[in-house]
Amino acid sequence: MKGKLHIAVFLAPAVLVYTAIMIVPLFGTLNLSLFNLDAAKERVFVGLANFATLFGDPRWSDSFWNALGNNAWFFVVHMLVQNPIGIALAAILSSPRLRFAAFYRTAIFIPTILSFVIVGFVWKLILSPIWGIAPGMLDAVGLKALFAPWLGKEEYALTTLALISVWQFVGIPMMLIYAALLSIPDEVIEAAEMDGVTGWSQFWKIKLPLILPSIGIISILTFVGNFNAFDLIYVAQGALAGPNFSTDILGTFLYRTFFGFQLQLGDPHMGATIATAMFFIILIGVCVYLFAIQTRLRRYQF
Amino acid sequence: MSQARRSIARSIAAHGVLILWTVIALFPVFVTVVNSFKSRKAIFAEPLALPGPESFDLVGYATVLKQGDFFQYFLNSMTVTVGSLFFVLLFGAMAAFALSEYRFRGNGLMGLYLALGIMIPIRLGTVAILQLMVASGLVNTLTALVLVYTAQGLPLAVFILSEFMRNVSADLKNAGRIDGLSEYTIFFKLVLPLVRPAMATVAVFTLIPIWNDLWFPLILAPSEATKTITLGSQVFIGQFVTNWNAVLAALSLAIVPVLILYLIFSRQLIRGITAGAVK
Repeated sequence: MKGKLHIAVFLAPAVLVYTAIMIVPLFGTLNLSLFNLDAAKERVFVGLANFATLFGDPRWSDSFWNALGNNAWFFVVHMLVQNPIGIALAAILSSPRLRFAAFYRTAIFIPTILSFVIVGFVWKLILSPIWGIAPGMLDAVGLKALFAPWLGKEEYALTTLALISVWQFVGIPMMLIYAALLSIPDEVIEAAEMDGVTGWSQFWKIKLPLILPSIGIISILTFVGNFNAFDLIYVAQGALAGPNFSTDILGTFLYRTFFGFQLQLGDPHMGATIATAMFFIILIGVCVYLFAIQTRLRRYQF
Repeated sequence: MSQARRSIARSIAAHGVLILWTVIALFPVFVTVVNSFKSRKAIFAEPLALPGPESFDLVGYATVLKQGDFFQYFLNSMTVTVGSLFFVLLFGAMAAFALSEYRFRGNGLMGLYLALGIMIPIRLGTVAILQLMVASGLVNTLTALVLVYTAQGLPLAVFILSEFMRNVSADLKNAGRIDGLSEYTIFFKLVLPLVRPAMATVAVFTLIPIWNDLWFPLILAPSEATKTITLGSQVFIGQFVTNWNAVLAALSLAIVPVLILYLIFSRQLIRGITAGAVK
């Protein structure tokens, strides 16, 4: 053996950059959440006092629970709308002898590659009562009465934004499920057809159980993505996540707290506290997925 | 007979659903690009019509090119994206090679350590990242963005590339070793060329989130000289909200380059996502 120096050389750059820019700041942020300024503006260790403030002090906790609740609803909309639509599109796309499948796949994935800035503004324009595309189109099908300035109404704005995000990202579950469906061996499908299991019942009874692991993966990807979201809300509604904070999620709350906005001063300690809370929320989600869901799903080896 | 008719009906239904969703997916993009070529009056009078000889107007593009420094923003985005991509691919491939090729103590742990970043978003460390960049004087430099995006892209790159490198034939590498090639030559001359398709996949996956990111440019490099195209168009559109021509033109200018790149690389991307499923 010529020694093991080359292993270290191969590993060093990636490990160094990753550790210095990602892991150390992550723990630095977690650590910072345990400190705050005292009366003399000195940084002092305060233990979990920041978390007590965040969860219990009405000046903070109202915003925090509001953001967390909105974030949870944002996630629920994705799970109920994005993933079923994605699975349905994938199921149709994977049907044998479908023509133009490549075209549909490419076209439906286009919104996913656009930036949030484009998506946010384009939908803002389309839904704007000033321009009138949305009311005009509803008028054409006789549903004009249904129109409302959705992004401007407290009760609709969050759901509207969640649906815009669904529109953008439906391509991801579609592609992953499509891949999973294609990897089901022909013999399994042929055997099912021999037994007279075709069409819908074939999908429900044969294919769906086989793609459950992929559905698990898209669920956890959706969870992490949603609880880390910021850009779309910021672009469409600004850092104040209007109207009246009804679209505030953890990402925008973190940005406002850490960076400050208008009259509010930036606060790195409370910002770190919110980031830490987000870290544990995501960690709990990932652990639930790894230990409770993934291990129970049966994997089929072909 | 009825079997055939049922299968035709099913195929019509399938195409119906797919066409419907394709229209939903493309409609907003279509409306934006079409209206960016129209005069202000025509944008409001007939938003769904194609630009005709009377309604055709490039005033929006003129405003954008005069007011915004879009060329600079575009260059910044290119620098950041290409720079990060280079380091992600080089460092990622090197680490993936070490993990997949050599047995050493802590190999599994190291793989797990590097994979952590796939699930835990780097944004959560932003508070300390900003402090780090302030301390090292890198705020408002493109270097800061390249560093952050390199760290962000590495976990997935290492994960995907090490899966692929496990499949590179051991005989080939051992033949190289017998011929007296160093481990570095084996990696750069034998292994890297063989995993080029996987590198392309990783490149597309890494590139899209970097190009589209708003969070880090906003926090680490918001100065005029370092704005990326994503941040630049966000700020520009924010200032010109009431100038519909300019807003639509800016949006179209932001959409078109990404769209062209996507149409060139879409086969690579889709093959990457569906890797292993191709029969």
